[in-house]
Amino acid sequence: MKQFFASWEGLLLVILVIVVATNAFTVDEFLTRQNQINLFQLSIEKIIVALAMTFIIISAEIDLSVASIMGLAACAFAILFHSGVPAGVAIVLCLLLGVAAGAFNAFWVAYVGIPSLVVTLAMLIGYRGFARVLLEDQGLGNFPDWFVRLGRDPFIGPFPLSLIVFVALLVGLSILLHRTGFGRQVFVIGNNAEVARYSGVKVARIRTILFIMSGFVSALAGLFYAGRLASVRGDAAFGFELDIITMVLLGGVSVFGGKGSMLGVLLSILIVLNLRNGMALENITGHIQTAVIGILLIGSVLGPNLIDNLRKRPA
Amino acid sequence: MSSLLRRFHPQTLRVVALALVLALVIAFFSSQIDNYLSPRMFNRIATSAAVILPIAIGQAMVVMTRNIDLSVGSLVGIVAYLIGDFLGDVPLGPVPTLLLALALGAFCGAINGALVAYGRVPSIIATLGTLALFRTFLVEYSNAATITTDSLPKWVVDLPQATIFTVGTFEVRVMVVVSLVAAMIFGIALSRLRSARKFYAVGSNPDAAAMAGINSARVVFMAFVLSGVLAGLAGLIFLAKFGNITVVAGLGFELKSIAAVVVGGVNIFGGSGTILGVVLGTVLVDTIDNSLTRWALVSEFWREALLGILIMTAVAADTFMTRSFARMRRSTLQGVS
Repeated sequence: MKQFFASWEGLLLVILVIVVATNAFTVDEFLTRQNQINLFQLSIEKIIVALAMTFIIISAEIDLSVASIMGLAACAFAILFHSGVPAGVAIVLCLLLGVAAGAFNAFWVAYVGIPSLVVTLAMLIGYRGFARVLLEDQGLGNFPDWFVRLGRDPFIGPFPLSLIVFVALLVGLSILLHRTGFGRQVFVIGNNAEVARYSGVKVARIRTILFIMSGFVSALAGLFYAGRLASVRGDAAFGFELDIITMVLLGGVSVFGGKGSMLGVLLSILIVLNLRNGMALENITGHIQTAVIGILLIGSVLGPNLIDNLRKRPA
Repeated sequence: MSSLLRRFHPQTLRVVALALVLALVIAFFSSQIDNYLSPRMFNRIATSAAVILPIAIGQAMVVMTRNIDLSVGSLVGIVAYLIGDFLGDVPLGPVPTLLLALALGAFCGAINGALVAYGRVPSIIATLGTLALFRTFLVEYSNAATITTDSLPKWVVDLPQATIFTVGTFEVRVMVVVSLVAAMIFGIALSRLRSARKFYAVGSNPDAAAMAGINSARVVFMAFVLSGVLAGLAGLIFLAKFGNITVVAGLGFELKSIAAVVVGGVNIFGGSGTILGVVLGTVLVDTIDNSLTRWALVSEFWREALLGILIMTAVAADTFMTRSFARMRRSTLQGVS
């Protein structure tokens, strides 16, 4: 038990309790059920992508293009739907687009060997550019009613579909990461890709799967985003990668790979969501919210480093 | 052919290839756009590149040490805005303003440097955080107000048009010269100063550098401070060029600087790269960007997409060339032994 609290996840739990308690006592509407559901709804797309990003970062890679894939999928859906394609077909096509984008990333990272930082940075620009080409400077909306309500209407119990998808992904991916051989291999690749390769792990194939998964999940999130906003512009989901990566890194996933847990990511997601929600209810601007999250991100890495330094200093 | 390749350093070949590509691009666009090869077009591209060039050089210094600086865009915005605001209250001459801009940039760069070099926060995290923090500071400080040209002293407003000398209709603008001089200083310093070799050493093999007695932390810290100083210079040029500064000033410059650096042949793993390459890379990226807006065939919305494709192509070409050169050298050496 003491071991749990000495771990990163334990620390996160303590922070979460502090944040929630502070919110509950200082912010009026915090504890209403509507607010609790809102808390998730506003960021549901980001937290869905964060689950896939966890795998990528544990494997010692990074995917900076997720927000651009989200935007591209949203814009593609808007264009397709407005060109007369039935919404259901458009959705499938957009998900395939996400898979294609992920596969394109995977090719350069896994088979050509270009660092994922460079590839996904270039494609962050590239996919965003394609989104702008599709929509130019117009905003498209007028989506079917059922599509727009996906994030709002109760699907199972009082919870909307997007939240159900998040929980399902959370459970499924947690099992995949922590209880299967595949998950073990992801950790091994993150720890030392060369050793993994010599041990018979198919590194290139697993990296490809992870980037395709990231692309698919980003496209899915982009569709939810389009539905929630009910209208799409070329800059849809701009800059979301910052929050997504922050949630994963704050969750104790090492940026060097090989370490991390879904529980940590879940706790950090809850912390970030509650922080943003509490600040929003107190009318703190989005920019300061981002700054607080930024400080939290830097602090999450700086803190352990400083503690390490103090420990190493001879008494 | 292989003996020719062996005689030249891969970096030299890379720079020559870059110059060739630039010439090809200019030739292509001159056939598509009227009046392309005119002094006016030259100045337009030159002044636009003059803003990005200092940032690209600073980014190159950081990338050489195996780090990355994603906060330069926000840094440019902060410097441009704060200097503009300050000049509105206290009109200063060019030299004090320049020093102030450089100092401000150095201060912000030092924050990055402290986090990365001494806090040992990975540079991507640290600069992702400071990117948000700097931008937020700017938004809060400015209260969404815009700096306009009527509050700025006359020398600032006139700077974009100021020329050093004129040959017929061909003008050489002050801003362009300032940028190029900064590039030359850094280029010469990097290739000649012994202490500058440390940047390459730290990026090339951090452990070996440490064992050779190089204070890696200080080198990395200096790299980020220099990046900040150069971003400060860019901020001043930005202020002079645009005059009207909004809170989104400089947004996206970090991506452009990385594009210029990567296209210019600086290896993202650190340890290699030339300032000449960075200059050519900046000019190439900016030429393509500016030419596309004037090319009737392609809508302006393709700019970003093509920029992404350009970076990918440059990095892929770089990787292939480096690998095939290495293979060729190995095979010829094996043939000799």
